Amino acid sequence: MTPRAEEIVYPTEAGLYCAPGDFHIDPLRPVARALVTHGHSDHARPGHGAVMATRQTLDIMAIRLGESFAASRQIADGPTRIGDVTVSFHPAGHVLGSAQILITPDRGPRILVSGDYCRTPNPVCLPWEPVACDVFITEATFGLPVFRHPDPRTEAGRLVASMAEFPDRPHLVGVYPLGKAQRVIALARAAGHDAPIAIHGALKRLCDYHAEQGIDLGPLVPATDPGEAQLVLAPPSAFASPWVQRFRDPVLSYASGWMTVRARARQRGVELPLVISDHVDWPQLTATIRDLGPQEVWITHGTEDGLMRWCEIEGIPSRPLRLVGYEDEPE
Amino acid sequence: MKAFARLLERLAFTPGRNAKLTILSHYFRDTPDPDRGYALAVLTGTLDLRQVSPSLLKRLASERVDEQLFRLSYDFVGDLAETIALIWPDEAEADAGVSVAQAVTLLRGTGKIALPGVIADLLDRLTPPERLALLKLATGNLRVGVSARLARMALAMDTPRSADEIGEIWHGLEPPFLPLFAWIAGGPRPDAAEAPFRPVMLSTPVTPEDLAPLSPGDYLAEWKWDGIRVQAVAEGGLRKLYSRTGEEIGAAFPDIIEDMTWQGAVDGELLIRRDDAVAPFADLQKRLGRKQVGRAMLQSHPAALRLYDILTWEGEDLRALPLQERRERLEAARFDSPRIDLSPLLPFASWDDLAALRAAPHAPVIEGVMIKRRDAPYIAGRPRGPWFKWKRDPMVVDAVLLYAQSGHGKRSGFYSDFTFGLWDGEDLVPVGKAYFGFTDEELRELDRFVRRNTVQRFGPVRQLAPSLVVEVAFEGLNASPRHRSGLAMRFPRISRIRWDKPAGEADHLATLKAML
Ligand SMILES: [Zn+2]
Ligand SMILES: [Zn+2]
Repeated sequence: MTPRAEEIVYPTEAGLYCAPGDFHIDPLRPVARALVTHGHSDHARPGHGAVMATRQTLDIMAIRLGESFAASRQIADGPTRIGDVTVSFHPAGHVLGSAQILITPDRGPRILVSGDYCRTPNPVCLPWEPVACDVFITEATFGLPVFRHPDPRTEAGRLVASMAEFPDRPHLVGVYPLGKAQRVIALARAAGHDAPIAIHGALKRLCDYHAEQGIDLGPLVPATDPGEAQLVLAPPSAFASPWVQRFRDPVLSYASGWMTVRARARQRGVELPLVISDHVDWPQLTATIRDLGPQEVWITHGTEDGLMRWCEIEGIPSRPLRLVGYEDEPE
Repeated sequence: MKAFARLLERLAFTPGRNAKLTILSHYFRDTPDPDRGYALAVLTGTLDLRQVSPSLLKRLASERVDEQLFRLSYDFVGDLAETIALIWPDEAEADAGVSVAQAVTLLRGTGKIALPGVIADLLDRLTPPERLALLKLATGNLRVGVSARLARMALAMDTPRSADEIGEIWHGLEPPFLPLFAWIAGGPRPDAAEAPFRPVMLSTPVTPEDLAPLSPGDYLAEWKWDGIRVQAVAEGGLRKLYSRTGEEIGAAFPDIIEDMTWQGAVDGELLIRRDDAVAPFADLQKRLGRKQVGRAMLQSHPAALRLYDILTWEGEDLRALPLQERRERLEAARFDSPRIDLSPLLPFASWDDLAALRAAPHAPVIEGVMIKRRDAPYIAGRPRGPWFKWKRDPMVVDAVLLYAQSGHGKRSGFYSDFTFGLWDGEDLVPVGKAYFGFTDEELRELDRFVRRNTVQRFGPVRQLAPSLVVEVAFEGLNASPRHRSGLAMRFPRISRIRWDKPAGEADHLATLKAML
């Protein structure tokens, strides 16, 4: 008898589990064998036995978690047999090294685990690739029709315009250290900002790694000694610490998909909210489901009520996995 | 509309006054006529637009978006206009663009029946940020903190004109103010307005040490009333009541307007007065900001004018005359109204005489004395010297810091907004908030204190161990059922940090209540 999808992959305490392959995907607690979609800390955790991920995700895990983050590691390279299934990794367009994972059982439906993904062109990672599947397991971080992210180049333009309008005020942009930081730098460069950009210490090693991987970020200087740098990037937590006191009359900014909603921007106390997201917005999310045409949609985390309602209207069977432990958007 | 939407967004998120000025002045500089003129009118609330109700907006959205998706979205976003701006389906026509002038013209000229169609059509043609700007316009809900004064200063920046001159010209013109912008750019001066606002003369604070070398005989003195400074202008058949920043407030005071039967412009204090008794400021507050006032309110809270200066009279500009002569002209003028009287001159031969009067005023609504040079003309702005205000000493209490929140702009990253409380039995009851009063050095010390004494965090707010006493000075006290303490302070500020004083020795709520 052909196994059903929910017999092949299902949620457990430790996260999403593939039974015929005996592995977890992005497990929330230590497991024997983990497949990791990308290096964000809520997806890539330490302490597993064996970890399989793209080469870049493994490098990033080593940088963030230390060389001994897992007992053994394996680079995902082409379709690979694990137990009774074949797995393959495909670019997700989310951050450097991010992948969607396709699980192909010998018999039964093909299941695609999207991880976090984004379809807007992003200069710091490979573009999202469509992957044919029968069951599509998607995130729904921005699963409401109010989330329509503007072109990130427009947002970078607003940042550069504000720096021109207030030439004497440093602009401090809150960014998640992996992905968002490098993307904002690349966007600022594309918008014509050639001057050195100052970065908080927490961003340094990941920026260096991007440069090693051939992603040109231009001149970067430490925020502790910014010189003439007007643009300063830091993790948002730095804004609440005395670190920020070294800057005179700064314009506080924050780059995140949540900045669409003014109340969220107010909560952050920022003067220049920038809507720059590494996740699919509502039009991309719904278009992806239409493009892939799966028989079923499963939703890992986010505002799943909105996406489920949409699937209901479209006549696509959907169900929430309600995985707890993934942040809304780790930014 | 794109530039206007961007302007609104920047203003909404920019706390600093100087930054707001920069943003506004660049907008006025870079935006062509007539959009900038309509934007100016809209920002300062001088344009009457047809108001769109929330229920109409909801109905328009429900015709386009699944009801359940709309409800989930509205729950998440929390603001109706914002939800609709974001959720409205994108149409291909969005590139067609709509100017501020077009939007304003449509909102002004469309009848009630055609309005839903017009709004929907506009929304179809706009991008999400512009939609939000339009909906904020249409719901009369801009809330970007731009006063007429701030707008005037922005218009004057980097131009040969002054904010005061702009104020005088502006009041006679209609949106989109083309002659105003032309004149600011160096063109001809537009004709004077009817019953215009004249920029007011302001005073500076003074101390006994400042007064000592001055000769008392050179000055007149009056009470300083705790009301609202107004300029009442009746000229050419028009009657206008202006606040000291030039905003028209006549709609809230029809009783005053009705009694302005003279020809001229006078300067004085707006008060609530029942027979001879002047009511506290809180009574006046009940009438402020109203678009209309009911009969009952007019009877229970009757407004009065107490005059102290005269700017024009029966076609003659008196502003160049010395105060002594203006006062004589004011006393000679006839105001046929029981609501209007003159602020009396105080008799004094020495500064000590005046200090004694100031220390024991006959009414609580007096907040000090005004000292004005007899030979000074009426000069717009705040020249130092001719007019002084000598306030009563502020009230003070010793309170305990309870909560702190970080500031904006120059105070980014510093905990600078404080909630303080007083003892009520075993409990500390919050009684107010203070944002200023301390020096930069003290700000750094307070910031360090907050970081070391946080017991809990609620988002951006830190709850503090109740250990630090601060002296809080304030200008007045009102009963307020909305506050847990039942009291609301006016202009509270941290006047001293009492590092030396144990929290147990801070004042009790009863002490504050006794000051009421
Ligand atoms: Zn992620
Ligand atoms: Zn995630």
